[in-house]
Amino acid sequence: MADFGSTDAEAFRAEARDWLAANFPTSLVGVEVAMINATGPVEGDALLWKQRVGEKGWGTPTWPKEYGGGGLTPAQARILQQEMNRIGARNPIGGMGIMMFGPTLLEYGSEAQKQRHIPPICRGEIRWCQGYSEPGAGSDLAALQTRAEDMGDHFLVNGQKVWTSGAQYADWCFCLVRTDFTTKHEGISFVLFDMKTPGVEVRPIQLISGNSPFCETFLTDVKVPKENLVGPLNGGWTIGKRLLQHERNSLSGGGGSAGRFASGTSLDKLAKTYVGVDETGRIADPDLRSRIIRHQMEAKAFMLTLMRAQAEAKGGGGPSNATSIMKNVGSKVGQDRAELAVEIMGAQGLGWEGEGFTDKELEQTRNWLGGKATTIYGGSAEIQNNIIAKRILGLLDHQ
Amino acid sequence: MAVLTEEQSMLRDAAKAWVQEKAPVGALRKARDSGSLLGYAPEAFADMAAMGWAGVVIPETHGGSEFGYLSLGLVLEELGRTLAASPLAVSSMAAAYALVRAGTDAQKETWLSAIAAGEAVAALAVDEGPRHDPVRTALKAEAAAGGWRLSGAKAFVAEGMAATVYIVAARTAGSPGDEAGISLFLVPADAKGLTRSPRHLADSRDYAALTFDGVEVGADAVLGTAGEGYAPLERTLDVARIAVSAEMLGMASQAFDVTLDYLKTRVQFGQTIGSFQALQHRAAKMFSELELARSCVEAALAAIDQDADDLAQQAALAKAVAGDTLNLISREMVQMHGGIGMTDVHDAGLYLKRARAVETLFGSTAWHRDRWGRMQGY
Repeated sequence: MADFGSTDAEAFRAEARDWLAANFPTSLVGVEVAMINATGPVEGDALLWKQRVGEKGWGTPTWPKEYGGGGLTPAQARILQQEMNRIGARNPIGGMGIMMFGPTLLEYGSEAQKQRHIPPICRGEIRWCQGYSEPGAGSDLAALQTRAEDMGDHFLVNGQKVWTSGAQYADWCFCLVRTDFTTKHEGISFVLFDMKTPGVEVRPIQLISGNSPFCETFLTDVKVPKENLVGPLNGGWTIGKRLLQHERNSLSGGGGSAGRFASGTSLDKLAKTYVGVDETGRIADPDLRSRIIRHQMEAKAFMLTLMRAQAEAKGGGGPSNATSIMKNVGSKVGQDRAELAVEIMGAQGLGWEGEGFTDKELEQTRNWLGGKATTIYGGSAEIQNNIIAKRILGLLDHQ
Repeated sequence: MAVLTEEQSMLRDAAKAWVQEKAPVGALRKARDSGSLLGYAPEAFADMAAMGWAGVVIPETHGGSEFGYLSLGLVLEELGRTLAASPLAVSSMAAAYALVRAGTDAQKETWLSAIAAGEAVAALAVDEGPRHDPVRTALKAEAAAGGWRLSGAKAFVAEGMAATVYIVAARTAGSPGDEAGISLFLVPADAKGLTRSPRHLADSRDYAALTFDGVEVGADAVLGTAGEGYAPLERTLDVARIAVSAEMLGMASQAFDVTLDYLKTRVQFGQTIGSFQALQHRAAKMFSELELARSCVEAALAAIDQDADDLAQQAALAKAVAGDTLNLISREMVQMHGGIGMTDVHDAGLYLKRARAVETLFGSTAWHRDRWGRMQGY
């Protein structure tokens, strides 16, 4: 099949190019099409583009065709991405269904579950949220207490979830529940429910940034049909952890966050504007200058490490050890940058609202605060260090 | 680890095996205790040259294999792991680079094949004080009948007692601090009027203080163009900095591995000390820093092979990041080993001493950070 690899590749490139030319609305060049639109459902060209990509399965290019995916090889998916980049087309299908839940269900779900839930994800029709953390189960996730009682044909679920990202816009929830209280990790099950089920109540949480990207989700006598149990009863921890791996991969992003450091306004320009320059043209405050330089070098080292990990993965050596450090280093570099920006801008960098501030300055304040979450969610920096110490370095648990 | 060709993997494996058998840390200790000025046994360097390591970046026409800088960097990293001393970084990488790039046919003929064979050792005589600062070069070169006359002094010349020839930075015009007016000269170690004496640093390696008392050399001793030596000197020093960074990466990796091993075996309070989270997170931090340093060093080595425009920035980044990483790990190595790490019989002290010496060699971490910042416009 791969005998004529390069010819195949060129043929596919031509196919992708033709299809994009015929189907991508030029009004959307460089425009992100949001899965969750706070002001209402997407419409117009954005909706059209989403429908066309969804139908073709190219929003989830490597997922199996039988469930609505594109059925492309990784090499073809790369070509598709290149062609989309070339014309400024963004993938309109996104969210937790793509990044985390879909890959996990494809691996652990029953045939019926896959047939039912994967195609709407591929079409970008159903938005998923994650029912993991609880007030008493954060970093120690397996301490979760939300109870699912076996009522014969269904589970009756009672409890509270927290930090449920986007729950106020979500259609469905994948959720970890306790089905056995006599044991810890082996008493957890992985279930799915419709957010419109009676007994599901969502309250957005206002954060220090003023935004509310997360919610509290209260579950009171929520009936979950037995068919919505994924994997075996009490076998949810394994599935839940697998999903977290997908989450971490998407958070440390083979490009997302790193790309932003490279393309953002340079701190040099910012410092020269707000702090001023000395007689040699350098940033006037030498202590601040040296800390900016130190930060920029770390950002550069992080970029080089992302590139190295990608090259090593392509080189066929399996996943590189370097990937384990990405979340911590990436989030630290991002937070350091935001802290430096606040320091550089002085009071102007703390503008909250109203007159006297540019939109950029106001956004900077919110981003600085919002970014504090990056070392807490998806496994805190401390949990990441535990993972490196135990899984990579082979150090033992404390007894 | 960078994606390597099959030949590069073989070279690295050969270096790994040789170092373990012929140049374990004990070899440096033995050289130190014997009072050696070089830090290595001459047979060991002859062995390296016989395996072709001294000619990795030298063209085949001059007895080398022209196998590239990343390849030689792999060897330097392995040597760094056991603190194996040799003039490979300074002579076979940096000085060889200068000769390949700027040498006349006659200069190449005279020196390159001898360097590739390990018969000649070339050292960089640049600094005149304890801190790296090439633009402050003051050693004077005056035009004399048929050539030049050199007067002044050089300090802490690495591999300076082993050297058979020096690449000397001298001032033919201008004053210390001026880039213009610096010239490079090839001066044999046995030149009349040149004296050298050893300087014993804590790392038990080879450093020399040189005195030039009217040393006369011919016009053919100029490397490159007289008065325009600063740019090629910096380029050569960047190669030296990257070579040293590769050694530092190897040292830091090994120091970390040894420390990690100790965390897994030392028992206190009824369990291995590596089960304590306070130590686990410091280990995770060291691991992260090592991964970042590796990326910078490997990219810088590849940049020499590609003759990249931003070589200077890559060199500064590699030296500074590797320097920070090695500084952290060498301190933690002693601390985490506790009392045993303070004893001379343990290797931790050898890594600590060599760490500070290479951190300052060819520019300290702070110096390179500031240099990188200037180049980026900060």
